Amino acid sequence: MNSYRPGRHISHQFDNELEDVRNRVLVMGGMVEDLLQKAVVPLLDSNEEAEKLVVHDEKINQTEVEIDEFCGQILARRQPTARDLRLVIAVGKAISDLERIGDEAKMIARKSTESKVKESRPYYGQLRLLVQRVQGMLNQALDAFARMDAESAVAVARQDKNIDDSYGELLQSLIDDMEDSPKKVRRSVELMWVTRSLERIGDHAANICEHVVYVVKGKNVSHLSLDEMDDEVNKF
Amino acid sequence: MLVNDISVDRIDGDDQSSINAESVTPKHVLDRENRDTVGTVTVADPRITCRNVDVYYGDKHAIHDVSVDLGRNEVLAMIGPSGCGKSTFLRCLNRMNDTIDICRVTGQIELDGQDIYDKSIDVVPLRSQVGMVFQKPNPFPKSIYENVAWGPRVHGLARSKADLNEIVETSLLKAGLWNEVKDRLDKPGTSLSGGQQQRLCIARTIAVSPEVILMDEPCSALDPIATAKIEDLIDELRQQYSIAIVTHSMQQAARVSQRTAYFHMGDLIEVGETAAIFTNPKHPLTEDYITGRFG
Repeated sequence: MNSYRPGRHISHQFDNELEDVRNRVLVMGGMVEDLLQKAVVPLLDSNEEAEKLVVHDEKINQTEVEIDEFCGQILARRQPTARDLRLVIAVGKAISDLERIGDEAKMIARKSTESKVKESRPYYGQLRLLVQRVQGMLNQALDAFARMDAESAVAVARQDKNIDDSYGELLQSLIDDMEDSPKKVRRSVELMWVTRSLERIGDHAANICEHVVYVVKGKNVSHLSLDEMDDEVNKF
Repeated sequence: MLVNDISVDRIDGDDQSSINAESVTPKHVLDRENRDTVGTVTVADPRITCRNVDVYYGDKHAIHDVSVDLGRNEVLAMIGPSGCGKSTFLRCLNRMNDTIDICRVTGQIELDGQDIYDKSIDVVPLRSQVGMVFQKPNPFPKSIYENVAWGPRVHGLARSKADLNEIVETSLLKAGLWNEVKDRLDKPGTSLSGGQQQRLCIARTIAVSPEVILMDEPCSALDPIATAKIEDLIDELRQQYSIAIVTHSMQQAARVSQRTAYFHMGDLIEVGETAAIFTNPKHPLTEDYITGRFG
């Protein structure tokens, strides 16, 4: 099967439930994007304070639990098969990735407000590039999920390489600074935590792309290379 | 400004239509002339081999060019909507369709390499080799013992009363019914519950030492407990026999079979490993059926 085709069930209620669970994931995705946006504000603008983001994170956690329970109800009541089953399984995994992105965003917010991290001006350009890449990838991964577009999902997953490159370069700069001046060690370590969280968000966004390929193509590509993923998507 | 689309943009209007645009049924699916079976129809060690089987009821072409194997020690589930031909095809496997005057079967069906439609074949021993269990339990109006003993007696499988007793006991044990009826073997078969009657019919089929058991919706008249017992029994019987089962319950097909064949309007659309059929079917018609969509 080459495409995900929602709807058309003899049971309209089942159609509604599958559509509902998909939409709930996208709403949760929006909440996570919003949290990440707020979390990086003090990192990129040293005059800003991080908002109180704990409430946001709790809401994301609660949403994950609700969607997870909803998936359980669908499995128990509808016994979905084929692409419907794959969708419910993928939703279960995607919300777990989104919840972890929320945790990473909360970590970034906490670290960003610490005074040492605020001294990040020398890395402003690198940090801004990394943040843009991460937010862009997350946004496009959620778009691929919304459209169940496997080809786009693979293209988005490829962006993780750019994020890893940005992360690697920033990491090297921080290591160089630590070697030059022991006074900068604490600031650099704190910034490493932040950049590590950003890099992890890229990994979770890539996971969401893999879930899209699983739903559309019926193939678990979690442990395949990007080229192998491409081959799977272009089969048939 | 950094990218921050909120999900509502994704789930409204245009996105939905873009998804639905992918749902166009491929043209070849509707083209019956080119509707080849998807999947592997052969198995390494077949018990029954069917090739290019067509069935006609008078002018009506009920089964179209079906080829599929039934392997040893496997359960092959046949699924599909009402009237798709799955029961008709099942009945070809022990020539039950011979009893219908207007029915004509062409193609080749071999049991252990022997063409069962060859003129030299006697259908009576054939039907003991390829036994059948029907939708509705149909015990003879005789005692429980006689229901099971009748077949072996007719086919001369028992040399003595002791032999016959042993066959009856073994068959009832294999059918998971012995402990429930051993103290009332002289009672009528019809006095048993529906589930017990169906297991009695299975014992009756087993008693004549078949190689293959055909089951035509064997649980459709049973409650969930009796159904679970029959399904458990099917799994045990598989160790010794080959089983082809027609069922309307896709959950049952998924539970009991190793391979599944999907029929649609007389065509065998897809056959494959049951796990693959129910998680990632290859043909859109199979997918539509098992996911409960409009065909």
